[in-house]
Amino acid sequence: MPPKDGDASQNPAIDSSATHKLAVLGAGVMGTGIAALATGYGVPVVLIDVDAVKLTRAGSQVAYHLRAAALHGALPENAARGELTISATMEAASDATAVIEAVTEQPDVKVKVLAQAQAALASGVPLISNTSSIPVGELARGIDDPPMLIGVHFMNPPYLISAVEVSRGPDTSDSTARQVLSLLAALDREPVIVGDTPGFVTSRLLHPMINDAARIVAAGIATAPDVDALLHGCLGHPTGPLRTADLIGIDNLVDSLNVLYQRTGSEACRPCDLLLDKVRAGELGRKTGKGFYAYGEATV
Amino acid sequence: MTTSSDHRDPGALTSAAIEKDLTGFLEGRTRVPVTIDLDLFASGTISSMFAMELVVYLEQAFGVEIGGRDLRMDNFRTVAAMSSLVLRLRMVAGADDSD
Repeated sequence: MPPKDGDASQNPAIDSSATHKLAVLGAGVMGTGIAALATGYGVPVVLIDVDAVKLTRAGSQVAYHLRAAALHGALPENAARGELTISATMEAASDATAVIEAVTEQPDVKVKVLAQAQAALASGVPLISNTSSIPVGELARGIDDPPMLIGVHFMNPPYLISAVEVSRGPDTSDSTARQVLSLLAALDREPVIVGDTPGFVTSRLLHPMINDAARIVAAGIATAPDVDALLHGCLGHPTGPLRTADLIGIDNLVDSLNVLYQRTGSEACRPCDLLLDKVRAGELGRKTGKGFYAYGEATV
Repeated sequence: MTTSSDHRDPGALTSAAIEKDLTGFLEGRTRVPVTIDLDLFASGTISSMFAMELVVYLEQAFGVEIGGRDLRMDNFRTVAAMSSLVLRLRMVAGADDSD
């Protein structure tokens, strides 16, 4: 195992914004959104997935995200776009200066992908997990080089929400943290560093609230639009918890709630029946065109 | 209601027709009344997250391509602004076709 610190010299390119090269693992909603953010800031990206359907759609989804970002004025106007490469093999990440894992929120899947990535990378390249709930220290136990792993929880859409939740595991090296903060600065993100615990801060607070909001709807106490209208109108929540659920993806939300429930035992985190029913029905939110709301057609 | 294919007939489209279509589309999605000068975002009628869906809808319904400096929130803030954008883009496209 390499030393916990002092490994930046093995990867000096990461500190120069002009020479970042990012590998993004997973071409789902978050992966394509992160790829759009990075290419929008001029950083070349190789986007990797093993799912042929996702790979086929990845280019158009990144283009959609880039248009959405432009619409909101969320990208530098005069910056040249970074090149986007789409690949089915991990070897395409071999010359990356950092890797962001954005696969399904399931510990075994994440660990498998992170271990494969580390095997394909040069020594000293930071591994970033976009986990929303799984402690970094837990993921790090499944890879060969735990000091290189750190958590950066991007929100959806990553190009519209500047704040990111950064979590260091017990073994994360200072060098890894420095390199990743440098990358986040190049992407104009605003990191908030928090402790390594299930759900960190955002999911620990938000996910049980969404779960409870769904229970309120299931009990007939209020409709989804009324729950959101109250949270928006009375409490200043920008969209309301159930529109947020549709944006997160209800399948991802259930996965995160399961992570929280299994690690905390809190009943507030046990996915409620309405959420589970929606997953079974394929009503996953914006990405399938229907969740708590109808969206006409699937949007990312 | 006028169909999307009718919208692609150059010369058949007026601002009133676009506004009627858009108002119907928005009211169908939001279940609240929409006037052509209502600031859709500031009034909370729709979230800014919905803006990109409006872009896609305008492109598909009226056969226009929206890009460059036209891709900005102010062009989608009201039904009237969207109608003006569609008419301008169709006029430009028509001029290009006649070259």
